[in-house]
Amino acid sequence: MGNTVYFTGEIYAEMMEKGKTSNWSYVDQFTYDFPSDQEYTPIEYIWLGGTGEDIRAKTRVYPRNITSLAELDEWNYDGSSTYQATTENSEIKLKPVRLVRDPFRRGKGLLALCETYNGNGTPALANFRTICNQIMTEAAAEKPWFGIEQEYAIFVTKGTNYKYPLGWPEGGFPSEQGPYYCSVGASYAYGRELVELHQRACFYAGLKYAGLNAEVLPSQWEFQIGPCEGIEMGDHLWLARYLLQRAGEVFGLDVSFDPKPFKGWNGSGAHTNFSTLAMRNENGIEAIHKGIESLQGAHKEHIQVYGVGNERRLVGACETSSIERFSYGVGNRAASIRIPFDCAAKKCGYMEDRRPASNCDPYLVTGMITDSVCLGGKHRQDILQAWNDFQKKSIAHH
Amino acid sequence: MQSKVDAWSYVNKQAYDFPEGLHFTPVEYIWIGGTGQDIRAKTKVYPRVVTKLEELEEWNYDGSSTYQATTENSEIRLRPVKVVKDPFRRPYGLLALCETYHGDGTPAVANFRFVANKVMEKAKSQHPWFGFEQEYCIYVTRGTNYKYPLGWPEGGFPTQQGPYYCSQGASYAYGRELVELHQRSCAYAGITYAGRNAETMPSQWEYQNGPCEGINSGDEMFLSRYLLRRCGEVFGLDVSFDPKPVKGWAGTGGHCNFSTEKMRAAGGIAEIQAAITKLGEHHNEHILLYGEGNEQRLTGKNETSPIDIFSYGIGSRAASIRIPNGCNEDQKGYLEDRRPAGNCDPYLVTALLVSTVCLNGEFNQELIDAYKSSKARSLAPHH
Repeated sequence: MGNTVYFTGEIYAEMMEKGKTSNWSYVDQFTYDFPSDQEYTPIEYIWLGGTGEDIRAKTRVYPRNITSLAELDEWNYDGSSTYQATTENSEIKLKPVRLVRDPFRRGKGLLALCETYNGNGTPALANFRTICNQIMTEAAAEKPWFGIEQEYAIFVTKGTNYKYPLGWPEGGFPSEQGPYYCSVGASYAYGRELVELHQRACFYAGLKYAGLNAEVLPSQWEFQIGPCEGIEMGDHLWLARYLLQRAGEVFGLDVSFDPKPFKGWNGSGAHTNFSTLAMRNENGIEAIHKGIESLQGAHKEHIQVYGVGNERRLVGACETSSIERFSYGVGNRAASIRIPFDCAAKKCGYMEDRRPASNCDPYLVTGMITDSVCLGGKHRQDILQAWNDFQKKSIAHH
Repeated sequence: MQSKVDAWSYVNKQAYDFPEGLHFTPVEYIWIGGTGQDIRAKTKVYPRVVTKLEELEEWNYDGSSTYQATTENSEIRLRPVKVVKDPFRRPYGLLALCETYHGDGTPAVANFRFVANKVMEKAKSQHPWFGFEQEYCIYVTRGTNYKYPLGWPEGGFPTQQGPYYCSQGASYAYGRELVELHQRSCAYAGITYAGRNAETMPSQWEYQNGPCEGINSGDEMFLSRYLLRRCGEVFGLDVSFDPKPVKGWAGTGGHCNFSTEKMRAAGGIAEIQAAITKLGEHHNEHILLYGEGNEQRLTGKNETSPIDIFSYGIGSRAASIRIPNGCNEDQKGYLEDRRPAGNCDPYLVTALLVSTVCLNGEFNQELIDAYKSSKARSLAPHH
């Protein structure tokens, strides 16, 4: 009989739950190494599913060396399995729009962010990139720049139905907020391993990862992507979100972009910093104020597309403004729009729109802002129409 | 559950590797929060190679989340003052220690470096040197509310003090992994780590930082404290600088060894005596700024002097000031101020020593005022 070991289901389950990092360490030892006359490039096609928040992906292996976007073929997938189509008419096209290096397949792999289209050529459900791209192309001369502060909470998960925030006592609450923001030390900073892994992954992919910090809610963190011009903002943020969830898998942790995980505790936002060339130039403060006026005139419309469930978060406390009222101020974190001190002092720079929720679609947010400030709201009704259509037609359970 | 160490091992294998033509330098901006003891930090990524202090930009943060400002007027500036290499983001990462300021240029709550720097500038020619003996206890923590000292039986006590100081062996020395990781991290960062030892209370250790000149002492102390807690995270352990964690057991101090150029020169013992006389005249002021909760530690027992009596002695560990035997023999050297607690602010301690001994108390009142005003303005919940 010798040393034969049979893996029972129990041992396997234990391995998967307890040793995920050692599992991945093992996998990583198998570097990409091909016979001399062959060459393979694994490409991860990534797209947004029908809830508007579920990132989906599948691999296609090209039997040759691929290095540029132009070399990629369009592809397709089963939209009836992602809340985007019916079974009878299920095929949705994948059109690659951005290619970056895959940090989880170092040395060979690539990630291809894709737009989704129905058979008749219309954008599939939840594809707001098409309309955003249109806006960015029209407003290109104003060089709109963005930086988004993506907040999220880390959760320990057991299957699909049970989860609690990392570091919290199961079923209860930790000490009240105060010590966690930018903290260091095992008592207060939970999950830095995931945060650091994500940072290195974003660097490897060449994303415009600008920084990170621990946030006010224990288990909550934030990373910043920017400055990105135009359509780049949405692209980089979605790729960063994909990498975050992927990094979490390594540790058996999941992340939540829910805007208000716990009543009475801080919510999660996606503050969007924004500027045009005029705002960045000398005396740009005038353009900033003009921009704020444009935003003020469309407050309710912006709020509509700034994330589902945002009314639980924008309550006028926990460093938010009230969802009903538009406000702005210098250095004021209780306002809708904050003008940073430095910008007020230098009389130019950028503004921070603090209204978007962490689960917003950056294409909608950046598209709406650019349209309101640079194009006089020309596309506003189209955006709102697309959003309302999506809300109505989406087969997903909200 | 995941082992944190395995998790960090995995992370560390993902080397910093950028697409061609790109480079990212992550810089950790570090500052002191509104309790005076909470060290805070956040990362700013520069999309280019950055290696020197001069290349760093000023930044700012939300002071209303660190007990230092209100929500309506929340921004506090971060001004980098010292840069070292980041041992946790090798080879490119940097740590940038910062001073904190309000928009109008006044130092924020708990920024005592501002005044300390003035003192050190004025006394530059006397070349004040410092060596701190930073003691601390290692704790196993569960979330925020529950912790017990590493190696202790949960809810109880180990055998009484005696075998632990400078011990070897699993029965007595708890947490050497953390201590060793900290030493290597400080070495990588170029922090003057002069030595370390296991201390009298089980789970308690001490490292020595110095000799550092002037303001550099406080800088290196805060950076090494940051690194200590950061190292602790790797093992799921936290450290405490509380001056008296357990009644009846040894406390946690921050003894400060101090000398000026004249003390170190031949015949310097006379300078040392003169310094001690001056310190005796300002005892209460020093005690005020030497760490909160110190009265629980300076009881006259467990190798401390009583808090309300100033004393000194050669080779004595029961005095406020100890003159090392070696310095007495050489008739020159330094003195050891044994009064500061483990949770003291080293900027305050070093500045007050210099002010009293080198500048005839010129800045004593300003330091005390800064301390009292900071406490009054802090929005931290009172203990």
